[in-house]
Amino acid sequence: MDEGLKSELQKAGIFTTTLNDLYNWGRGNSLWPLQFGLACCAIEMIATSMSRYDLARFGAEVFRPSPRQADLMIVSGTVTKKMAPQVVRLFKQMPSPKYVIAMGACAISGGPFKQGYNVLKGIDRYIPVDVHIPGCPPRPEALLHAIMTLQRKIAQDTLHPSRRKEEEAERIAALPVPEHGSHDLLPPKHDVLWHPEPVQRS
Amino acid sequence: MDSGTQDNPYLLLAVFVFSAVMMGLTPILMAFVWTRWTGTAKPDDIKNAVYECGLETGTYQWFPLKVEYYIYGIIFLVFDVEILFLLPIASVYKNLPAGAIAGILVFIFLLMEGLVWAWAKGLLRWQFTPSQNAPSPTQPQKQATL
Repeated sequence: MDEGLKSELQKAGIFTTTLNDLYNWGRGNSLWPLQFGLACCAIEMIATSMSRYDLARFGAEVFRPSPRQADLMIVSGTVTKKMAPQVVRLFKQMPSPKYVIAMGACAISGGPFKQGYNVLKGIDRYIPVDVHIPGCPPRPEALLHAIMTLQRKIAQDTLHPSRRKEEEAERIAALPVPEHGSHDLLPPKHDVLWHPEPVQRS
Repeated sequence: MDSGTQDNPYLLLAVFVFSAVMMGLTPILMAFVWTRWTGTAKPDDIKNAVYECGLETGTYQWFPLKVEYYIYGIIFLVFDVEILFLLPIASVYKNLPAGAIAGILVFIFLLMEGLVWAWAKGLLRWQFTPSQNAPSPTQPQKQATL
């Protein structure tokens, strides 16, 4: 719908919307996060959901203990290689459409434990991350900002996923859950998801 | 009232029943249509797994579970709740009418049934077996056979 016409109609007291916008508005303002915490970032996540920061203002306070009812995964903390298969399996058990926030330096890259033999160097090696929050740990405001960023991202969604997006989602869904090999997780990353920028050394 | 309901008074009831059923069914049907229209269901083995804690399911889950708790329920009724009810009755026993006594007897009879059932099942037998791990047989392991 033409933005100018929409604005003119609004001046006349007539509010118009599309089904798509309405759907995205509802979806973005009723995110149900999966209730699990991995490390210290989880404490900040808990603080965010409490009264001082009040995640309920953004409609995302209904933490669900079951992946079947959740559509947002907040990876809050260090993902050890022991834990990574469980996290990936939980993500796969969530119904589509689903979103992921990687909270904190550890979830993004391994953080201060990056050199550790037992720490996954970023959860985006295995699951598609929508919003990354830097910080160690990020403050609750940062998590709120991530939720708002995700809401803006959801607002761009289409009601009917395009053929390309559908195929991409199916490719991601078909990726296996990593298993523990003799030295590392197998596979160590999913090439479909993880395309790091080549390191520029001057 | 229009002629249709005058001819057949049950027509109004039929309309009510139809409305009641449709009020229940319409949201379900709408949700179904909405899901078929916009949903992106991609079921697979992982998504359909029984466990929701991230761990892999170890064994086959569709087996009948033996619910053992009822044993404790019956024993609790027979030995605990019985006292609770019979003590106040004992204090006014002499002035009770015949109907009340009959009621108490029925109550006691039902509890007796439970006791007989538990006894016959061997639930009241306490078995003392020497522990297999402990080296000295002087400290026998107390174990109830339920």
